[in-house]
Amino acid sequence: MRPSSWACVGLAKLLVGAYARWRGAEPLPRQRIYFANHSSHFDTIALWAALPAELRARTRPVAARDYWGAGTRRYIATATLNAVLIDRQREDRDADPLAPLGEALERGDSLILFPEGTRGFEPLPGAFKSGLFHLAQRFPAVELVPVYLENLQRCLPKGALVPVPFTCTVSFGAPLRVEAGETKPLFLERARAAVIALSGRAA
Amino acid sequence: MSEREDVRWLAGGIVALLVVASLIGAVLARRASTPAARATVENLNARTRAWWVMVLVLGAAFTLGETTTLVLFAAASFFALREFVSLTPTRPGDYRPLLLAFYIAIPAQYALIGIDRYGLFSILIPVWAFLLLPAFAAFAGDTQDFLARTAKLQWAVMICVYCVSHAPALLLLEIPGYEGPNALLVLYLLLVVQLSDVLQYVFGKLFGRTKLAPQVSPSKTVEGLVVGGLSATLIGGALHRFTPFDFVESLGMSAAIVLMGFVGGLTLSAVKRSLGAKDWGEMIEGHGGMLDRLDSVCFAAPVFFHLTRRFFT
Repeated sequence: MRPSSWACVGLAKLLVGAYARWRGAEPLPRQRIYFANHSSHFDTIALWAALPAELRARTRPVAARDYWGAGTRRYIATATLNAVLIDRQREDRDADPLAPLGEALERGDSLILFPEGTRGFEPLPGAFKSGLFHLAQRFPAVELVPVYLENLQRCLPKGALVPVPFTCTVSFGAPLRVEAGETKPLFLERARAAVIALSGRAA
Repeated sequence: MSEREDVRWLAGGIVALLVVASLIGAVLARRASTPAARATVENLNARTRAWWVMVLVLGAAFTLGETTTLVLFAAASFFALREFVSLTPTRPGDYRPLLLAFYIAIPAQYALIGIDRYGLFSILIPVWAFLLLPAFAAFAGDTQDFLARTAKLQWAVMICVYCVSHAPALLLLEIPGYEGPNALLVLYLLLVVQLSDVLQYVFGKLFGRTKLAPQVSPSKTVEGLVVGGLSATLIGGALHRFTPFDFVESLGMSAAIVLMGFVGGLTLSAVKRSLGAKDWGEMIEGHGGMLDRLDSVCFAAPVFFHLTRRFFT
């Protein structure tokens, strides 16, 4: 791992602890898509830091090019986190926004995905976008692991730049798969419910 | 004995104690037969392992000098405050006060010890933080639970920063006739307070019957408190050669430390439970969080500091 990656992990541990709770999944080096609730810019780093180093080396966060694609953020995203950048706003109607994710999965990497597509600032996640469903269908062998990130929306409220230290737990739940005949909305709702179940809160 | 040799004896004694604790733990681990016994022994051994780490870190900081010691206690305050506010409900309007508490109050409080400013050190949090933290929260415009939020943050900062900082503040004191170094007084405080916790726990497990405050702290027993507390006081008395106190004075000081440490553990346990938690955190294996280890220090440090300042400077 690069020194800047160690620095990132160290900073995350110092500020938010990023304590992993394996509740249904084990920390094994299998190819996975970790999908989580998204409430702050610190989410990616916290989830990444919660993984054991061996898994972290093969796990790549998915980040939006319009935010993470330039300047210092681009450096953090690509040089330290080895992120996969995707386009949220498509200029070419026919382009497949999931193409870079497909390439990463074909290479055998695992992914960190926030299916809400944007930050929610609330403890519980909003509706999931369809990317997770499409990836799950294209790569049925990849485990889909729900993850709940607790407390991170408290570290960086909307518009805040400097994170406040809060102890954050990262709960990993039992892997899901798309059942035979399951429709997209049903699967996405089930995936969201799996994340919410890890929070211990009522939806 | 020269002063340096003294310190070596003390360090050697602590290491010997840990070796003995580790050996006893290893023997108990072989003998434990029931699952409950195994769990207790496993927790005991986790505690001992964590003690090795804490003693090594503390020893290294003391050896390296005053600045490192202050940085270490500042870090302890940082993690303690992180645990406290994580269990406390906060709202987005608390963002600025929290930034102030973590990034201004903690460094300032410890820096003031480093530059020998006792006056400002003693009022920074009770006066300046007390007034400014809620003012910043008021500017955020969110009045929901305002007084409760303010009170909780105030408590958090008083306990985790102000009270803890009184342990290294002993470095500030100029005690006539005491050759020091004052770091030995910090060590004395920590040793008595932690030994008292450990001995109360051990004697409580061995022959504790009468629960002291089952709702607040189920592991505390009258027998543990009396026997553990008295033993720690006697050990404190015996350690008087490292302090400016004679044997009797040292007994008195240790009794004060043990009593306040006990009260601190009990009070912070009540706070913790009112916030709906069993442990403050999970930083220190077997012990829980930073505050589970520091709760008794929080109450003992300011009292020991002021008793020493009043009667020996």
